[in-house]
Amino acid sequence: MAIAKRPRRLPTHAPLPSPPPDGGRGRTELAKQTFEYAPAPESIDHVKIEPRYGLFIGGKMVAPHSKKRFPTINPATEQKLAEVVEADEVDVDHAVKAADKAFEGWSRLAPSRRARYIFRLSRIIQERARELAVVETMDGGKPIKESRDVDIPLAAAHFFYYAGWADKLEWAFANRKPRPLGVAGQVIPWNFPLLMLAWKIAPALAAGNTVVLKPAETTPLSALLFADICMQAELPPGVVNIVTGGGKTGSLVVTHPDVKKVAFTGSTEVGKLIARSLAGTGKRLTLELGGKAANIVFDDAPLDAAVEGIVNGIYFNQGHVCCAGSRLLVQESIAEPLLEKLKLRLGTLRLGDPLDKNTDIGAINSKAQLEKIEELVESGVEEGAEIYQPECKLPERGYWFPPTLFTNVSQSYRIAREEIFGPVLSVLTFRTPAEAVEKANNTPYGLSAGVWTDKGSRILWMAERMRAGVVWANTFNRFDPTSPFGGYKESGFGREGGRHGLLPYLELV
Amino acid sequence: MSKVATALSLSHLGSLMRGVRSVDEVGAEERAASLAKRSIKKASKLWALDLAIRCMDLTTLEGSDTPGKVAALCAKGIRPKPGDATIPSVAAICIYPARVADAKAHLRGTSVRVASVATAFPSGQSFTSVKIAEVKDAVAAGADEVDMVIDRGAFLSGDHEKVYEEIVAVKEACGPAHLKVILETGELGTYDNVRRASILAMAAGADFIKTSTGKVQPAATLPVSLVMMEAIRDFVRETGRPVGLKPAGGIRTSKQAIAYLVVLYETLGAEWMTPERFRLGASTLLNDVLMQIEKERTGAYQSGDYFTID
Repeated sequence: MAIAKRPRRLPTHAPLPSPPPDGGRGRTELAKQTFEYAPAPESIDHVKIEPRYGLFIGGKMVAPHSKKRFPTINPATEQKLAEVVEADEVDVDHAVKAADKAFEGWSRLAPSRRARYIFRLSRIIQERARELAVVETMDGGKPIKESRDVDIPLAAAHFFYYAGWADKLEWAFANRKPRPLGVAGQVIPWNFPLLMLAWKIAPALAAGNTVVLKPAETTPLSALLFADICMQAELPPGVVNIVTGGGKTGSLVVTHPDVKKVAFTGSTEVGKLIARSLAGTGKRLTLELGGKAANIVFDDAPLDAAVEGIVNGIYFNQGHVCCAGSRLLVQESIAEPLLEKLKLRLGTLRLGDPLDKNTDIGAINSKAQLEKIEELVESGVEEGAEIYQPECKLPERGYWFPPTLFTNVSQSYRIAREEIFGPVLSVLTFRTPAEAVEKANNTPYGLSAGVWTDKGSRILWMAERMRAGVVWANTFNRFDPTSPFGGYKESGFGREGGRHGLLPYLELV
Repeated sequence: MSKVATALSLSHLGSLMRGVRSVDEVGAEERAASLAKRSIKKASKLWALDLAIRCMDLTTLEGSDTPGKVAALCAKGIRPKPGDATIPSVAAICIYPARVADAKAHLRGTSVRVASVATAFPSGQSFTSVKIAEVKDAVAAGADEVDMVIDRGAFLSGDHEKVYEEIVAVKEACGPAHLKVILETGELGTYDNVRRASILAMAAGADFIKTSTGKVQPAATLPVSLVMMEAIRDFVRETGRPVGLKPAGGIRTSKQAIAYLVVLYETLGAEWMTPERFRLGASTLLNDVLMQIEKERTGAYQSGDYFTID
């Protein structure tokens, strides 16, 4: 697309023609060159990806009934990594039956024994962290530094945290007796494949439920690797079942009559479909959907930290984050210096090979997602917003989009209202705290918000008024298994994480 | 030195200090930690190690320093690895004022400069007149650069004016010599103070701001250096006058040195990657850098016996 490839302005940190060649050499030559990081790719030798995968049902990988398969590709190279099954009605039924059969034993297992299995899952994830990080990066396009430092450690932390709840459930809710529900049908997105799997599976298992999980169409590999981890942990057969496929398979999972509880993370559009299809069935439902979070910077904010928070808020994981700070609300009096700093910072972001340890921005997850981002960016330009992209050479193959920011954005523009799910920031200004609140809440979404100010009382004042599930103060995109996460309005309902995260998987009697 | 920076009248000092933005401690430490994870390998590592030597202020600041010790250090600084012409000289030899003449005698005709600490180093707790006299004598003895300490007692008691005036006076006493102003960040307590002291020193005419004397723990840290670089960035934006940075104290390994260069590169950019704008104050770093260069070139570590100890 024309917009993506046309650099707008040279960044100050103009990088250098060619990296200095290797080996011992005269120092005069060295002195002339500038700093350029040599490639530092993470090794992939230790990772074994099968050419074809089956389904994980009843504790083992089984041949599917469905004859349909589809490829999963590396979005950074467009190369096929493996073929996976598009599970059909029979396959999903097998998986749910297996989970149903396992429920009796698993829910009656001594809670401390259940905890032991979940701890074991956590430990094996830690032990196999490098392997999981590489697979996550190859299958999804995210930078290895993120899968290595965020996705995998947090996934392990979630299992670790919920393992601790298993034998304390009885005392978790005063004067109420918790009971597990049965089979949980879980459908997860492609932006944090293993982490979302952990968010779903860990509390379900701790509460005594069994699960059928469907990973996203474009990122099934880490879930299939997790199937291997379940076998390694000798988890009782059927407690965790993993079926791959697209939207159709997902709908089979959530509508299966023996599924007692549905948990979905994904787009608001699909969330609404699921809510409709489950109406009147009596199934429990939690939805974690889209967002259009406001990152609000006041004039007394520590600006350099705010710039880092803004970058982390919207360019982390290429902006494929439901709670991304995609709207920057900046107090008008500091808009100019802040944007100057921000633009300078964008020039230092390193886009490229996701497996390189120095990469900050990886590949866009899929062609479809890239097209969606391009379309929305195009609309921003057409509606009259001013686009800024640092000079950024995009690789020839794969799906890429440079870090982008829009100024002169009105609340009415599509880029200010719709979730882009890409590395695209819309900048709006405000004059007073009241106006900041009004603009921040003026969205159908309500997943997260960020507040940057040196004034403690203002943080509390703002947090009280934000219609958002999470409000970060002087930080952004910070996660911890002990902290509940979830949305207001069209960002969904139900909470994941913390003690709150157990509730959707329990009946309190 | 540009007029813009020192034209600031003292009546504006208060508003300048009040206008200094705060620093978020968690944010600064996180940013520094994330940059320290950059993976610098092969050709880029060699380049960085070469630069680390060119930017090094090879230092000895002991009561036991003698003309002989200084002579040995000068020889090491001029030619860090005898017999290997590809290894550059260090930027400067950093010593006490009493040893300046000794060092000057050995360094004459080389590119290595003489840097002298001054102003009642390391505490700065003396009379301004004594400090000025010390600086003048050091410059007269041949110091190309003066590393002064700020009066932390005055700074922490809120007497910014005294700190400012002293820097201005020392700058004047320096004449042609370059002035590095040591903030002694380990005694300032907060990143907010580090940032304030940085702006104060730059406004008073510092050519370089420097983290530490090396006599107080903690000495240089990555987040402190990041905060100082951010202050430099803002100061340059306001005044157009570039100021250099010298982290000093506790930098002993190549890995640490490279981390500083990465933070420098990603904060102030390629223009700061020169001895004119960046120095590393260190006494024991040099041999580790030489060892790493040898490892990068040959693929094997050499025994410490192959590197001279001076």
